[in-house]
Amino acid sequence: MRAVVTVIGKDMVGILAKVSTVCADANANVIEVTQSVLQDMFAMIMMVDVSSLNCSFNQLSDNLTALGNDMGLSVHTMHEDIFNSMHRI
Amino acid sequence: MLNLSDILETITMIQEEHLDIRTITMGISLLDCADQDIDVSCAKVYEKITRLADRLVPVGEEIEKQYGIPIINKRISVTPIAMLVAASGGDPVKYAKTLERAAQAVGVNFLGGYSALVQKGFAAGDEALIRSIPRALAETEHICSSVNIGSTKAGINMDAVRLMGQIVRESAELTADRDSIGCAKLVVFCNAPEDNPFMAGAFHGPGEPDCVINVGVSGPGVVRAALEKAGDCDLTVIADTIKKTAFKITRMGQLVGARASEMLGVPFGIVDLSLAPTPAIGDSVAHILEEMGLEICGTHGTTAALALLNDAVKKGGVMASSHVGGLSGAFIPVSEDAGMIAAAECGALSIEKLEAMTAVCSVGLDMIVVPGDTTAETISAIIADEAAIGMVNSKTTAVRLIPAIGKQIGDTLEFGGLLGSGPVMALKTPSPARFIHRGGRIPAPLQSLKN
Repeated sequence: MRAVVTVIGKDMVGILAKVSTVCADANANVIEVTQSVLQDMFAMIMMVDVSSLNCSFNQLSDNLTALGNDMGLSVHTMHEDIFNSMHRI
Repeated sequence: MLNLSDILETITMIQEEHLDIRTITMGISLLDCADQDIDVSCAKVYEKITRLADRLVPVGEEIEKQYGIPIINKRISVTPIAMLVAASGGDPVKYAKTLERAAQAVGVNFLGGYSALVQKGFAAGDEALIRSIPRALAETEHICSSVNIGSTKAGINMDAVRLMGQIVRESAELTADRDSIGCAKLVVFCNAPEDNPFMAGAFHGPGEPDCVINVGVSGPGVVRAALEKAGDCDLTVIADTIKKTAFKITRMGQLVGARASEMLGVPFGIVDLSLAPTPAIGDSVAHILEEMGLEICGTHGTTAALALLNDAVKKGGVMASSHVGGLSGAFIPVSEDAGMIAAAECGALSIEKLEAMTAVCSVGLDMIVVPGDTTAETISAIIADEAAIGMVNSKTTAVRLIPAIGKQIGDTLEFGGLLGSGPVMALKTPSPARFIHRGGRIPAPLQSLKN
């Protein structure tokens, strides 16, 4: 099972490091990272493997949202199925 | 591999364009709860609902978290209660109170099915239930009621239409101190669907399985934003853009419904493809029509624009879901749609135009506030007109009018939440009383004879 973590907001030092740390703490393996400036916003998208988490998916999602709030970024953690079902037939 | 723009598109739809799952509705059959003793019957109803829907709200919340998509309401629909009243007799309001307790126990937002199906006539329990509707709605908070008074197959039961005019008025009077909220929970149908997840008209039809999950999606804001991006293009491109967007919206519904059904161990019924607006800015069906090029919703051209929208939503949605059902079309509830409210307030949108619009979209005259001194006969006549459109066009039509007791043209009713607010709209004043008092049935039209 994989999840997509998206981070959107103003660029600053250490975003990737801090997000990765939260993922590592939950034993979520980062598979892929894409970073870009699109539609006038900084966007980072991380694909993480959440099949062997040491906490619940909801807990990881809450931790990442809290990190986002601290840094003034919008962070969403969503199951990859939502994107697959919307954009793939 | 997923690409960046797809991911951002989904997130923008949810964050900025109000894409959400409007409701996960669990349909529960109460036919096996019927008992000759109304108290035994009520006890069985309470037990069955709280047993089957026990995990509905937590499962909904879990899915919301997992996929990051808001699920606004969790609801329940039940077998038309008139069928239980037929077996048990007694005061039907006892059922309403039992349903209210059950709804509160499981934490759902609404419970629909305080209903009767009387398109051809009143069976045992039907009339008692209908007459109890105003009290039931005044004494409960989460219960929704609907009555089907006509169908393409059966014609229109004008005795029921006449009675419903009185019931709507009475519901308004009994809740006059709360902006006539009772009427916002009561809908009169022609060709009512049995698997509708949307309120106030949801009930669990007698042809449905014991328990089922139906999903209603929403996304007028997403459609409007897609049309804005499409820019100056012709209407063929507009229709294609709506289809593509409706496909994506419906895929969400299909995913969430399938997941909920799996987690709850309950069969998945249908996805309802409706575009359901909310009073929030940017979540309006009227604004889609305006994006197509109308200066304001309600002006000439509105019916054509709505017909295009409604058809494109269905065409896009139908491939995205394994089973489509319910109402499936664009909703035009006046008080629940910021654009409709604005159009009604400035006089561009009249009840006559709304009636024409209902011939080409789903549902009907929905959440329309009318003057407090509107007679029961006039309400009945509006119901009859709307039912005639549904009957002849083999489509669902409905009437949800709110007589604003003590208020007149220029006043506004405030319901708050999803129900929004609405200005009092003008009606014609000459009396249809003699026509309504004739009673009897309007025969089924020729198009009912398809066999």
